[in-house]
Order: sequence, then C-alpha cells, then structure tokens
Amino acid sequence: MSSVNSAHSVVAPGATSKRIAATIVIAYALITMVPLVWIVMTSFKSPPDSISYPPKVVFQPTLEGYCNLFTTRTRQTSDYIASLGAPTSTCDEITRSRNMVIAGPSNYWPRFQNSLVIAFGSTFLAVSLGTFAAYGFSRFKVPLAEDLLFFILSTRMMPPIAVAIPIYLMYRELGLSDTALGMILLYTAVNVSLAVWLLKGFIDEIPREYEEAAMIDGYTRMQAFFKVVLPQATTGIAATAIFCLIFAWNEYAFAVLLTSGAAQTAPPFIPTIIGEGGQDWPAVAAGTTIFVVPILVFTVLLRKQLLRGITFGAVRK
Amino acid sequence: MLRSKTQVKSVTDTSSSILGEGVARATPAPIATRIRGISDRAMAWLFIAPTIVLLLAVNIFPLIWAVYLSFTNFRANRPNAPIEGVGLSNYSRVLNDPNIWQAMQTTAHFVFWTILLQTLIGFSLAYLIDRKFRGHALWTTIILVPMMLSPAVVGNFWRFLYQPQIGLFNYIVSFVTGIPPSSFEMLGSVPLSPWAIIIVDTWMWTPYVMLICLAGLRSIPDYIYEAAEVDRASLWRQFWSITLPMALPFIMLAVLFRGIENFKMFDMVTLLTGGGPGSTTEVASITLKREAFESWRTGRASAFAIILFVAVFGLANIYVKALNKVKQR
Repeated sequence: MSSVNSAHSVVAPGATSKRIAATIVIAYALITMVPLVWIVMTSFKSPPDSISYPPKVVFQPTLEGYCNLFTTRTRQTSDYIASLGAPTSTCDEITRSRNMVIAGPSNYWPRFQNSLVIAFGSTFLAVSLGTFAAYGFSRFKVPLAEDLLFFILSTRMMPPIAVAIPIYLMYRELGLSDTALGMILLYTAVNVSLAVWLLKGFIDEIPREYEEAAMIDGYTRMQAFFKVVLPQATTGIAATAIFCLIFAWNEYAFAVLLTSGAAQTAPPFIPTIIGEGGQDWPAVAAGTTIFVVPILVFTVLLRKQLLRGITFGAVRK
Repeated sequence: MLRSKTQVKSVTDTSSSILGEGVARATPAPIATRIRGISDRAMAWLFIAPTIVLLLAVNIFPLIWAVYLSFTNFRANRPNAPIEGVGLSNYSRVLNDPNIWQAMQTTAHFVFWTILLQTLIGFSLAYLIDRKFRGHALWTTIILVPMMLSPAVVGNFWRFLYQPQIGLFNYIVSFVTGIPPSSFEMLGSVPLSPWAIIIVDTWMWTPYVMLICLAGLRSIPDYIYEAAEVDRASLWRQFWSITLPMALPFIMLAVLFRGIENFKMFDMVTLLTGGGPGSTTEVASITLKREAFESWRTGRASAFAIILFVAVFGLANIYVKALNKVKQR
C-alpha cells in the first residue's frame, strides 16, 4: 500500500505513506460531500437555474426555493397583481414576479414540528426506560437475562414493513393511527432495544462499589441510582440519546405507512413537494437542507460521543 | 450537583479503605435488602418491567397477531368480512410465487454488491485513516456525514442528481467518460437502475463500515507490529498476517450489520425507483409493502413477513456462529 522506502515502521507511519493516505482520504471526503453541497446550492437556485444544462455552479442566489417551501401559491393575471398594494415581504415580491400570489402557508412547518415532537419525545422515553432497564440488567440477577437481552435486540431484525402490518391494525383499533402519541410509542419501542443494549455496556463499566458505598452511607437503592450512577453514566446516556434521536428523526417506512396528515413527519412529506409541472427541486432542496442541518450540527458537535457509541455497540455485540 | 459529587467521592474512599474491594463486592444483596424493605428481585423488576411491557405491547403482541393472521384470509381493507382459517396455504403460495422469488434475488444482488463495495472501500479508508496523518480526525468526521442523514430525504434528492440531461451525476459521468449525459438513464433503464441504488447505498453507508474497521485496526496492539519489525517482516507480510486477521472479526461484524439492514431496505429504494422500472429494483420490502398495503392481502403479506423474519434471523444466527469461531482463533 505505501511505498517501499517509507517502510521502516508501521507503528509510526513514514511521511510519504502519511501523505499518500491523506491525499486519498481527503479526495474521498470531498467527493462524498458533493451531493450535500449540491443540495444546499440547489436550495438557493431559481427553478429555471436548477434544471439548466450544463448544471450551473455559478448562479444568482435567491430565496425562491425557501419561499415556495413554506407557502402555497396561486397563479393570477398580471392585472390583478398590479392592482395589489406594495409587496409585504421578500417572498411576496418573488412570488409576484412569477405572476403568482401567496395563498397561504404550506404543510412543511407543521410536518417539521411533528418531526421535532415525535423524535424528541420518543428519544426521551427510550433513553429513560432504557437507562432503568440497563441498570436492572447490569446490577441484579435477572432470570433469563441473556435470553431477554437477546430477545430485546432481535426485535430490531424485523423488516419495518413486517412490523407495520399488525401495528397498523392495532392502531386502527385503538385510535392511534396518525397520532403523535402512536408514533412516539412505536419509535420508543424500536429504539429502546438499542438503548438497553448500549447503556448496559456503559453502566457495566461503572464500579458497583460506588453505589454500595453510598448505600452503606444510608442512601436507598433509588437514591444511589439517581445520585451516583446517573451522573457517572452521562456520556453513555448522551451517546445513546443521539442514536435514538437520529433514528427517529430520519425514519421513513413507519411514518409513510402509519401517518398521513395530522401526525405526518417531514421525511414522507418532503418528497411530495411539487410545483407547477413536476417536482419543485429548489423547494425540495430547501426542505432537505432545513431538515438535514440539525443533524449536521449534531454530528459535528457530538462526534466524540457518536464515534464512541458506534464502535462501542459493535465491540460489545 | 457539586455537593453530591464530593459526597460520592468521600463515600467511595471510606468504602475502599474500610471494607476493601473484596468485601464490598460480596455485600450488595444483604445491604440492599436491609436498607429498603424491598427485595432485590422486586427491585430488578421495577427497573426492567416498563421496558418489557412496552416491548410486549408494541412488538410482541403485534408479532403474535401477525402470526395468527398469516393462517387466515384476513384483508385489512375489509375489516368486517368473516375471517377464515386457511391453514398453511398462505405460506405455500408465498413460497411458490415467482414474483417473490424474483424480489428475493433482487434483494440478494443488492445486499451482495453493497456489502462488497462498502467493505472494500470502508476498510481501505480505515486503513488509510489509521496512518494518523495530520487532520485525520476532521476528515473522518466529514466522511461520516452521509450516514447520519435520512435515507429517505437524501435518497429522494439523488433522484434529482440522476436526472438524464440536467442531473449532476450524469453530467459528471459524461464529463469524465465523454458519453453524452442524456444517453443513459440511471433510474429508468433496466441494466442501470440496480446500480443506481447500489451507488447511493454505498455512498451513504461506507462510513459506517469504515468506523467499525477503524475500531478493529485500533484494537491491534502496537507491540505486535514492533515484534514483526524486529523479525523484519515486510509491510505486505504484516498486512496479511497481522492487520487483516486481527481486524477480521470487526469486518465481519460490519458485514453482519449492513447485511441485516440492507435485507430490510425499503426507504431509499422506494424513493429512488419505487421498485422500477418494471420490477427491476423491487426488493423484498417493497414487494411486502405492495402485498400488504396495495393489494391488501394481509394474511398473505403476514406469511411473507414471517418468512422474511425467520430468514434474517436464521442467517444472522449462522453467521454469528461463524463469527465466534473467527474470534476464538
């Protein structure tokens, strides 16, 4: 892989082999970013610019995509538009320049709110339940503990559509179809298996002696759990929470089958954004950008916990 | 917060000095019972029960229901029609349905190529990043980004990149190879569409394989390489007799996780091709969705779902056995 003259030590790679490695890795990283950069660029293009040939790298940026994302518009005659007063906002102005007027808000913001509520709600529940269960498995002799843990994990092997069939029927009976509560419960159930598995590993690492000492000092088991174990497990809990959050935020299969209106999240909604004559790509790109940015920020800020969580889960299993 | 921390510290100190570690380890059960009137077993269930209840309600109960439905002719769009038991006929129909076997083949093709590409690229990247060049942490983070994003939302955007004529992907390919950009359709042509989904999946999930391989490479202690240096083993030799065998359990784990995930693949393929053109990219999950939520043959779809689950579960178990053998070597 690296050249012969740099082959004195693998323990400390030589300068040439480092340079070659860096070049290839950086090239890969740049190529892998192209689709993402293109999404952000497209979100600032006007519809004609977005579908021009050859694809435009230099263009006049506009907020039209974002305006179209958040509004619904109707076509009007130019006489009618001329008869209106001065435009009240940038979006108003852009829309009128296309011979249209803003008819009202689009469904994007409510869908985005649903995503927020469902993702954070289910993450909170999954991590809370998971922490308790993981502590239970870690510190007490639970009958059939290994089997239970394996069973908990194996629920993740089900294809989501297979799970969705009976859930669909059950939710229809219980009136949970297309409700945020139903989605929160479902995502919690999916996530809690991973949460228990990851957190048990983290809690196993905390020495039992800490709580035992605290209990000798007069703490109850519960107090010891909250005041001794929880603070020690913060990193593990944070790492687990990020995983649950990313899953719930990105999930599509359950969302598209079990929600259609009131509780629909953003992933099934974004692909349905259309303009006149087909998909409105700048608006889709704008919706994608807004949806993806929180996760991007998360990834960069919490990369250490993320890395630990991913590799940790792998090593344990 | 601060107070409790110092408290804990002092408590720990006393415990280790007075009791010693061995005593402390031997005492938990009696102490817990003495301090609270509640037994450890009851305590354990108090911690675990909520999770088990939730899993029973949202995972196990529906699963049992699905098993029951798989023996009936139930159709979810006719909830009031009488439900009749049909024995194993749903299963035999599924197993004799050429469309379903076609879908299984499509899935196998997809799983095979994505795993092959992701393992090759992922391991190579991990190996290169493990050279620890300056800034490797930053570039690793950048490479990770695609796997954090929603396969549905981002997959949907790839539809735009794959547009003939105006799409960036076609433009770049034509720029590099000289083929006119409108002469090929990644999503619309029968030979190319399976590769279109393989490319997006590889773009998205190579970082995951890379991370696990990186963990594997970093778990190899330096002294082994140092010993190899002393023995004047060539780099080539070191790679094949140290690096690869020691990282192999990790590579196999990555393959297992990606295999399970891609066997279930639904979201990205639905948005990219919807199974088309025709049924060229119709993977098992899409067939299942059509049976269950378009044809509304709930009983038959349940049978198919259970067959899929048993297949994944069985294959994964066999694979884990093989993995454990490799680990023990």
